[in-house]
Amino acid sequence: MRERLIRLGFTSGALILALGVTALLISMFDHSPIDVLETAWDGAFKDGRRFSAVVNFWIPLTLASIGLVVTFTAGLWNIGIEGQMIIGAVCASWAGLYFEAPSVILIPTCILLGAIGGMLWGMLAGLLKLRFGVHEIFGGVALNFIAANIAIYFISGPWQPPEGGSAQSTPPFQAAATLPRISDDLQFNLLFLLITIGAIIAIGLLLMFTRWGLTLRAVGKNAQSALLLGVRTERVTLSAFMVCGALGGIAGAHRVLQAYSSLRPSPAGGIGFLALLVVLLISFRAWWVPFIAFALAAIIAGSTRVKTLLQLDQSLAGVLQGLIVLTILIFNGLADRLTRKDHHE
Amino acid sequence: MQLKNIHKRFGQVHANNNISVTFHPGRVIGILGENGAGKSTLMKIIAGYQPADSGEIWLDGRPVNYHDPRDAISHGIGMLQQDPLDIGAFSVLENFVYGQSGGILLNRKTSRQQLIALCQQFNFELDPDTPVSQLSIAQRQQLEIIRLLGLGVKVLILDEPTTGISAAQKEQLFNTLKRLAKEQNMTILLVSHKLEDVLALCDEVIVLRAGQLVGDMQMPTTKAALVELMFGAQIQPVKRESRLQPNTPIVLDMQQVHLHDGRLDIPQINFSLRAGEVIGLAGLDGSGQALFMRACAGLIKPHAGRVFVKGQDLTGQSYHQFNRSGVIFAASGRLEEGLIADMTLTEHIALMYEQNTWINWRRAHQFTQRQIERFNVRGKPDDPIQALSGGNQQRVLMGLLPENATALILEQPTRGLDVDSARWIWDQLLTKNSAIIYSSADLDEIMTYSDRIIVFYAGRMKVIDDPHQVTVSDLGHYIGGDFS
Ligand SMILES: Nc1ncnc2c1ncn2[C@@H]1O[C@H](COP(=O)(O)OP(=O)(O)OP(=O)(O)O)[C@@H](O)[C@H]1O
Ligand SMILES: [Mg+2]
Repeated sequence: MRERLIRLGFTSGALILALGVTALLISMFDHSPIDVLETAWDGAFKDGRRFSAVVNFWIPLTLASIGLVVTFTAGLWNIGIEGQMIIGAVCASWAGLYFEAPSVILIPTCILLGAIGGMLWGMLAGLLKLRFGVHEIFGGVALNFIAANIAIYFISGPWQPPEGGSAQSTPPFQAAATLPRISDDLQFNLLFLLITIGAIIAIGLLLMFTRWGLTLRAVGKNAQSALLLGVRTERVTLSAFMVCGALGGIAGAHRVLQAYSSLRPSPAGGIGFLALLVVLLISFRAWWVPFIAFALAAIIAGSTRVKTLLQLDQSLAGVLQGLIVLTILIFNGLADRLTRKDHHE
Repeated sequence: MQLKNIHKRFGQVHANNNISVTFHPGRVIGILGENGAGKSTLMKIIAGYQPADSGEIWLDGRPVNYHDPRDAISHGIGMLQQDPLDIGAFSVLENFVYGQSGGILLNRKTSRQQLIALCQQFNFELDPDTPVSQLSIAQRQQLEIIRLLGLGVKVLILDEPTTGISAAQKEQLFNTLKRLAKEQNMTILLVSHKLEDVLALCDEVIVLRAGQLVGDMQMPTTKAALVELMFGAQIQPVKRESRLQPNTPIVLDMQQVHLHDGRLDIPQINFSLRAGEVIGLAGLDGSGQALFMRACAGLIKPHAGRVFVKGQDLTGQSYHQFNRSGVIFAASGRLEEGLIADMTLTEHIALMYEQNTWINWRRAHQFTQRQIERFNVRGKPDDPIQALSGGNQQRVLMGLLPENATALILEQPTRGLDVDSARWIWDQLLTKNSAIIYSSADLDEIMTYSDRIIVFYAGRMKVIDDPHQVTVSDLGHYIGGDFS
């Protein structure tokens, strides 16, 4: 209990500190921090359209983050998440381009293919680790690179627009692949929203109450001991990669269906890496994911607005993010020390 | 050094309850007590690893206050880690300099001389430039002792220092400790469950029970008297009758097995284990027992040869397959290999016994409670495993073993257990009727419980079919490589 309070205090302390420093930075550029805050707030929440943009960023970010909670719990640094999103996007794009069917069938097919593609790509990272001893960080970096090139290959090769159009994208998907919006105000897709919320709840519950969740934790903390306690560690590791990959793949599908309605280079757009940050910030606790992901999505949307209105550079958002991440990590470390002193050593 | 009214609580547990005692210089003092009595807790308080809740530590007639181990060292109090700092990349010399004022650069040369001088003084063979990772456990201990001496320590604490070192190394360690006490007027505090060691080394003992100081005794005395002081009663060793009948089936069979691991090579093993048989493995650490046991459980794949379990060829299969055939392995490493730090007792039980998709946490909790009572573990179902004392962790490990295993492969099953607990664990193990292969550093234990004994020396094996034909001192010779 005491431990939790300490942690909460430290995390909010870090947030306040980071915001303070940012405010200072803004004043140094002759802007009033309050103005900037207001503009940013407007940028994220002023009307349904802007709010929808935040949600549409939040969906893939949350899916990828919740997937990473699984791999981190198993003690794995799944850097390959970005590549898993890209392959998911590519697979979904195939259906979006060529699989002719009415919306009710086409869209779930896109999602399913995205999940399968991401899952297989995740499995690859797992197999590299288990069979060939390639650490998942290196394997992940390589697989990200390959995935990005696969996407580019399809865009500039087989899926090129007929009249040789731009190399920047495939032709638009079929009309049936357009995601239905909830309303004119709320321009996001209900199915994806439900999948995302479902994923949070499912993963949260699976981790807490199933044998799979327990074995993930055991392997994450001490794989050798887990093996001796009867856990099939290799399977557990592989399953973690696959589940994370599948969720990443769905996120990738969302990116192509929602944002572009076509496949473009780097469809994941760094969201996978952002998701790594989210999960580091919350030290792998599933229930926190949606909130932190939402805060990040809002900050990004808000800062875009700040850029256009006040001509402050958008990299300010990057600075703010970096600051928050750093301070929280540092403060987490401090809290660790503090709470550990009480117990052992 | 004087302790005055030391208290330490962990939640409900009163690990140290009003301990007041005086330690005189020039003496070796044994700290005895059953598992979970609070010995390690008290030592960690003295060495600055954790603060007391209340109470005072006086040195040379003045109260002192320190907050961490370095602080304690600057007051002249050092503790020998059970697993001395494992910073493998550093050399012996760098390790020696670590923690000295002035830093690594300043006094490399004088430090080297100091290191060499200290080594000569105590007959330690430590090359300043060897990486620490290449040292044996005994050598690491020696290095740690010398390092603490180099820092000017006057009080030296050792918590169960004799696990994992040979008889000869132990003798050398003890000689060193005696000399430190007598010649340099140091105070040596020794926590140990091995009463022979205590008798051989200590000038006096104090005994803790359930966090309280319950007695002290001057040497010389007898083992029986120590046991009585610790447990309030005599303890009869289990007398074991061989259960082995001539035609019991073979449960584990190795044919022409070749094992290899880095430096160690065991070229040809032909070995079979019969149902219900108990085989003790003796030998210095790293002589091949660990390799052999892991191969028996499928944790290491043999280079050549075949391994059969109950007639089925399992060569090269995973540990999981061996498990399914009833072969269970338990390592002596506890927190490194066997138990999982940060997980609770209940979670350990659930990992082992809850095989369904959804874990029935209530059932797991109740079962944990039952095992805690049965195995007399000092701890609660929701305690993280590392909060338990060393001996209690070992009990949990034993409590996790299934009832109906075909063969149990146990690395040092009674390591760190007090006499009473060790006897009791054996009682439990022997009623399971599984075949058992176990290793132990305690030759008496090997002699008492084994139907057969295998002695390992540098990858060679000597099988003793009838333990009654040999004595403990014979075993001692074999362990040293004298197989004739
Ligand atoms: N960090 C901790 N958190 C909670 N309880 C603890 C902690 N450390 C020790 N304890 C409890 O304090 C009691 C004394 O533990 P301690 O390690 O001092 O025993 P010990 O005498 O060294 O036993 P052993 O011979 O088994 O090593 C035990 O009941 C243990 O569970
Ligand atoms: Mg102890």
